[in-house]
Amino acid sequence: MSDIHSDISDTSAAAQGGQGSVGDYWTLLKPRVMSLVIFTALAGLVAASGDIHPWLALVALLAIAVGAGASGALNMWYDADIDALMARTANRPVPRGAILPGEALGFGLALAAGSVLVLGLLVNIVAAALLAFTIFFYAVIYTMWLKRSTPQNIVIGGAAGAFPPMIGWAAATGSVTLASFALFLIIFMWTPPHFWALALFREGDYARAGVPMMPNVAGADETRKQILLYSLILVPVTFLPSLLGTTGVLYTIVTALLGAAFLWHAFDVFRLREGEPARRACRRLFGFSILYLFAIFAAIIAERILAVAPFTQVIG
Amino acid sequence: MSRGMDQKPFSPEDMSRRRKRSIALALVLAGLVVLFFVTTIVRLGGDVALRNL
Repeated sequence: MSDIHSDISDTSAAAQGGQGSVGDYWTLLKPRVMSLVIFTALAGLVAASGDIHPWLALVALLAIAVGAGASGALNMWYDADIDALMARTANRPVPRGAILPGEALGFGLALAAGSVLVLGLLVNIVAAALLAFTIFFYAVIYTMWLKRSTPQNIVIGGAAGAFPPMIGWAAATGSVTLASFALFLIIFMWTPPHFWALALFREGDYARAGVPMMPNVAGADETRKQILLYSLILVPVTFLPSLLGTTGVLYTIVTALLGAAFLWHAFDVFRLREGEPARRACRRLFGFSILYLFAIFAAIIAERILAVAPFTQVIG
Repeated sequence: MSRGMDQKPFSPEDMSRRRKRSIALALVLAGLVVLFFVTTIVRLGGDVALRNL
């Protein structure tokens, strides 16, 4: 990690810092990840049907978004060395030398502390504690530890991305429940097939950077099997909110259709193993998985807006 | 952030980026002021008008 950091600090253009543009700092926040975090947190907030004031809900979403951005900045600070080696990430502000590692670290820490404080002071302590744990989990447990040490990195690390709906739920109700845990489980189970599909068509990238992703440790075939297995677990898990009485018929129908399509794409990845058709299948699963998660959480939000009655609680 | 004698002064591009960062920071701070003010009013609710003077 220190190599790229010392390289950057030696270049004259960035030696004094203060070179980053507003856009560079915006990039540090990983805005595309942030948009998914905001959306899933909103779904948690809406699904909880607590009596939170709309303004406080907005404040909660803002704090969760900034907390996610802080995690992104801390990740880009720590991972600058491997980011520089991968085509997908080489142009990020720190490896490019636009922002010094120390600046990214300071920016990330300030936003992390600020977002947790704002959520704790203005909304509630449970949500703030969950947000703090999420930032810690992503920056320390995933980025600093798991990512470089085990091919299970994104399985366990996926928990960080799965917390936002629970934080949204906690913001609305001040509590953690089985129903909010079901929303966590959906994203947790979705993360491995999503990232391994990416890793399969970016295998060279991760291998060059020395990141032990599943395809370059266990092989592409094993990864394809794991993608299918996780997809087979994911689809039933998406019905949990209906069984727990959080969601109703609209969500269940949408989820069933999407789940069938997800399994079809996962099976395609499992089946097609050679050449361009195999790469295309991985790209299709990766692209569809993003749409899939957005659509599932959109269904949760839509049901509340359209006032579709949830099912009676079956379990829990 | 001070620059030594042997270093080049800020270029116009540097100054432009710094100015834009400063404006962005000012907007964020102004946003925080509004955030805390409105949240205070929301949290106090109607009760603030009913308090004993």
